[in-house]
Amino acid sequence: MDSGQLFFLFDRMEQSFIGELIRNSIWMFPVIESVHLIGLAILGGSILMGDLRLLGFILNSRPINYVINETLVWLKLGLVILVSTGIPLFLSEAIKCYYSRAFWIKMSALTLGLIFLFFIRNPLCLKTEKDSFRFRLVGIVSISIWATVAGSGRWIGFS
Amino acid sequence: MLLEFSIWLSETEWSIALHESLYLYPWIESAHVLSICFFIGTLIFVDLRLMGLAFNKLSISEMNSKTLPWTIFGFGLMVLTGLLLFYAIPVRTYQNIFFRFKLFLILLGGINIFLFHRQMSKEGGKWDEENIPRSVHIKASVSLVLWAGVIISGRMIAYNWFDCDRQPQPDWVNWAASCMIELSQMEDF
Repeated sequence: MDSGQLFFLFDRMEQSFIGELIRNSIWMFPVIESVHLIGLAILGGSILMGDLRLLGFILNSRPINYVINETLVWLKLGLVILVSTGIPLFLSEAIKCYYSRAFWIKMSALTLGLIFLFFIRNPLCLKTEKDSFRFRLVGIVSISIWATVAGSGRWIGFS
Repeated sequence: MLLEFSIWLSETEWSIALHESLYLYPWIESAHVLSICFFIGTLIFVDLRLMGLAFNKLSISEMNSKTLPWTIFGFGLMVLTGLLLFYAIPVRTYQNIFFRFKLFLILLGGINIFLFHRQMSKEGGKWDEENIPRSVHIKASVSLVLWAGVIISGRMIAYNWFDCDRQPQPDWVNWAASCMIELSQMEDF
């Protein structure tokens, strides 16, 4: 897909029913945005609890797989809230996102974060009970990726 | 008095610099939003533990004492960045009804935390063996609702629907925001 087709796709999404609906309302964008932030609190909190445990900073008396496992369902809940509010927010300003560097950084980091979370961090950590140096590495990588997702997400609004 | 203080604050050199800064203000704002994960993110899990929905293998006192340092760290970061954000835009923020409502909710959240900790220090030792009392479940739910409210009203501060320089506003808005109507109208002429 070349950039012309991509722009066309983004334009079509901006013209979508949901996009129009949100743009024509004063309060819908702020309200969806607020729920998006509540999703951030849930997902961010879940990831932090796990990553801080990997780094050896919290609940060290409990095995890694227990802490990760206890946060898993809340992590997924946060993710569902974030995606289901993020898509309408995107639809309401798809063209702005197309030209926003922050948006593309966020989407790249998000893709990376999800792959790392579900294919590396969790499979690795749910198996093991013992701490080792490589778990600290996994924790640092995870925190860095998700901080980039959240931070660049905030910057979409500034651009 | 507080209005005069805000006006004085807004005229200080650093406040103007922060307000007009291209990158510093957005960076502080981003740090403020990210610290939600530390403060409210960790607090959620203590509330979930109180409701019996997560980390049930841990005693409540252990869950609380191990998580609290990170909650306090997040709160410190939020207050620090929040004060800087206020310092950058003092007068408008002071008169913003969402800001005022947010402070009110934070106060309620603080009282809720105080009541919970008082109850825990009194009878918390018994909670681990028997069931958790209903009053603790209620405090945990109230906590989740209040902090969600803080996030929502915090986000709304950015919107100028009820700003004092946008008149006419309903009387209750002007009252809640303590708008100086005459003053703002005079500025228009």
